[in-house]
Amino acid sequence: MRRVSLPAVTAVALLVAYSMVFFSAPIEEDQGFVQKIFYLHVPLAIVTLCGFIAGAVMAGMYLCSGNREWDARSYVAVHISLILGVGGLITGSIWAKASWGHWWVWQEPTLVSYLIILLLFCCYQPLRFAIEDPERQARYAAVFALTGGAFIPVNFIAVRMAAAYTHPRVFQVTGAQLPLSMGITFVAALAAIALLFATMFRFELRAKALRRRVRALERVASDQLDEIRAPRREPAPAGDGAPGVPRPAAPIAIRS
Amino acid sequence: MPALPLGDAGKYVAMAYIVLLALLAIYIGIMARKIARAEHRMSELDELLRERQR
Repeated sequence: MRRVSLPAVTAVALLVAYSMVFFSAPIEEDQGFVQKIFYLHVPLAIVTLCGFIAGAVMAGMYLCSGNREWDARSYVAVHISLILGVGGLITGSIWAKASWGHWWVWQEPTLVSYLIILLLFCCYQPLRFAIEDPERQARYAAVFALTGGAFIPVNFIAVRMAAAYTHPRVFQVTGAQLPLSMGITFVAALAAIALLFATMFRFELRAKALRRRVRALERVASDQLDEIRAPRREPAPAGDGAPGVPRPAAPIAIRS
Repeated sequence: MPALPLGDAGKYVAMAYIVLLALLAIYIGIMARKIARAEHRMSELDELLRERQR
C-alpha cells in the first residue's frame, strides 16, 4: 500500500478547510464577514497552547529517559508553537481592531494571559543557547519547558474564573455555542492547523537530523585528515622551523 | 456562494490570512536556506574525503 505523504494531506486539509470557511460557512449576523478570522485565530491559539504542552511532555520524557531525541522533539515543538503563537497573536489583534476598535485591550485577561505565555516561551531559546555544555543545556531547557507547560492549564483555569471579560466564550462545558455548519467548519480548520503543526514538526526534526549528520561527518573528516597527515613528514620550507618537523594539519572549517 | 465583501471587513480578514501566509513563507524560506547550506557542506565534505583517499 502506498504511504500518503503528510505535507500533501496537510495541503489538502488546509485547502478544504479554508474553502469551507469562505464558501460554505454562514456569515455571522452580529460581526459579519470579520468573524471569518475566528477560523484562523482560534485554531492557531489552541494548537499553540497544545504544542507548548506537548513540548513540556517531551521535555519530561527527556528528563526521565535521558534520550536526547526527546530533547530535540521538545525544542522543535516549542519552536513551532512560538511561530504559530505569533500568528495567533497578530490575527487576534487584527480581529480585535475590526470588532472592538482596538488593537489590544489590556483589561482583557484572555489576551494578556496568552501574551504572558508567549513571552514566557520566548525566553526558552535565549536560555537554551546561553548554556554551552550540551548536557546542561538540554536539562535546563527541559525543566523550563516543563514548568512553562504546567503553567498553561493553571493559567487557563484562572482566566476562566475571571469575572469580567469582553472576549467571547464560544466553547462552554455544556458544548460549543455554534451552529452546526460553523462547528463543522471550525473542526476542519482546527484539524488543518494541527496537521500544519505536525508537518512543520517533522520537517524541522529532519532538518535538525541532517545538520547533526553534517556535524558528525565534519568530525569524522577532521579525524581522518589528521590521520592521513600524521605519518607524513614533509621538509619545512627554508626558514620555517626545523627540518623534518611535520607541518601542522590545516583544520577543516567547522561551521556551527 | 457569498460575494467577498472587500470593504472594511474584507480588509481585516485579508490582513489576518496574509499574516499567516507571510509567517509560513518566512519559516519555509529560513528552513530551506539552512537545509541547502547543510547539503552543500555535505557534498563539500564528500568531495574532500574522496580527494584525500585518492
